[in-house]
Amino acid sequence: MKAKHPFSLLCELTYRCPLQCPYCSNPLDFARYREELTTDEWKRVHDEAAALGVVQVHYSGGEPLVRTDIGAIIQHAHKLGLYTNLSTGGTLLNEKLAGQLREAGLDNLQISIQDADAENSDRMAGGAPSFEKKIRAARLVKERGFPLTLNVVLHRQNIGRIESIVALAEELGAERLELANTQFNGWALKNRATLLPLRTQVEWAAEIVGAAQRRLKGRMEILYVLPDYFEQYPKPCLHGWGNVFMTVAADGLVLPCQTAREIRGMTFPNCRDHSLSEIWFESEAFCKFRGTDWLPEPCQSCSRKEKDFGGCRCQAFLLTGKAEVTDPVCSLSPQHHLVSEALAEAGSAPAGELIYRSHGESLEKFCSEDSP
Amino acid sequence: MSEGTIPAAEKPRLAPKARLKWDAVREKHLLLFPEGVLVLNPTAHAVLALCDGQRNITEIAKLLQEQYQADNLETDVKEILLRLKEKRLVVLEP
Repeated sequence: MKAKHPFSLLCELTYRCPLQCPYCSNPLDFARYREELTTDEWKRVHDEAAALGVVQVHYSGGEPLVRTDIGAIIQHAHKLGLYTNLSTGGTLLNEKLAGQLREAGLDNLQISIQDADAENSDRMAGGAPSFEKKIRAARLVKERGFPLTLNVVLHRQNIGRIESIVALAEELGAERLELANTQFNGWALKNRATLLPLRTQVEWAAEIVGAAQRRLKGRMEILYVLPDYFEQYPKPCLHGWGNVFMTVAADGLVLPCQTAREIRGMTFPNCRDHSLSEIWFESEAFCKFRGTDWLPEPCQSCSRKEKDFGGCRCQAFLLTGKAEVTDPVCSLSPQHHLVSEALAEAGSAPAGELIYRSHGESLEKFCSEDSP
Repeated sequence: MSEGTIPAAEKPRLAPKARLKWDAVREKHLLLFPEGVLVLNPTAHAVLALCDGQRNITEIAKLLQEQYQADNLETDVKEILLRLKEKRLVVLEP
């Protein structure tokens, strides 16, 4: 299949982060990858991406604001005419940095909060006080004239406070609230039994959000997507593998999706060794699941294959050990029982201890040669 | 809120988060915003390029009518703006 040009680039500028959320999408063994790209290397990534057709760049991490060159990187993107969007935990944002980002030409800023109140939010972020800093950051963003988006990852522990979360976003004057249900890869999969919401919670939350959307129409936009475990069909992950989106990870690895490095047995190219154009059009990793020709049954003969491309490759691998099978969240997947069983387990099991995402945990539990 | 029509006296401008861009790789006009990209057809681009928060819809339609030597573009302009308003990419003010 002839590849189109990518529209969007995600730069995971670093895996360092002051927070320790147990649903982080970073790889479990992130502590291994310490050779972060330099400022000049990131600038070259942007040059190559723009020439390749990328028009929009997202910055995340880890916490992107731990990079002291964040202003220089965004300024470079802005000069290239790229649209820039930064997702931050907010705890490191201060007056001076907000000013620098504004001057650098940053187009949009998203702040993540973990919950509606300090106690629960701080607990989910690993324990240290962070909520008050996040609220200050959100106010600062508004003062500086950025449009404010708040991101909240939903799970069994906070979905019951969704009304308070909406109220907080309203009070902060957010233009947009993204209520993203936990995606079960990375650290979230390790904590699935404790984080997976119950069906009754998910349905109740959808009603509450529906009412809030009607009430706030024209003032605040609310995005709420059902968690895919509760859907009949998988989501069209990234609008297709190697179709519109690419990620460059902190150490320069170029990925079709930020969680793809969890797929064992696949090797991904590094932008230190190859150009982005070469990687996008020619690398085995990007070509492997591009389009629909590679799809197995039941996807190949399914009328939905151009809609969802067989779902998420990372999820297929994480649940079945094979990246090339139908995403098991699909009700037509022969392995859909893996998802039904997880839902049943969440319904009956008491909440267990969470494994928090930290450098120490990563190093100790997930960086030895035989770790999962 | 959005009832399928908008008053011609309203003045449209791009939402603060949205930005127009000429894409030299695809040779298309784009509208960029945090959650996505819209590839614009020439008409939609011509309309948006005139949305400066100063001109009202009637004035924009008139300029386009002169530019394209066409009549009665006001309905088309309204349709385009209504769609973008619903996506919160355009702001309309009295």
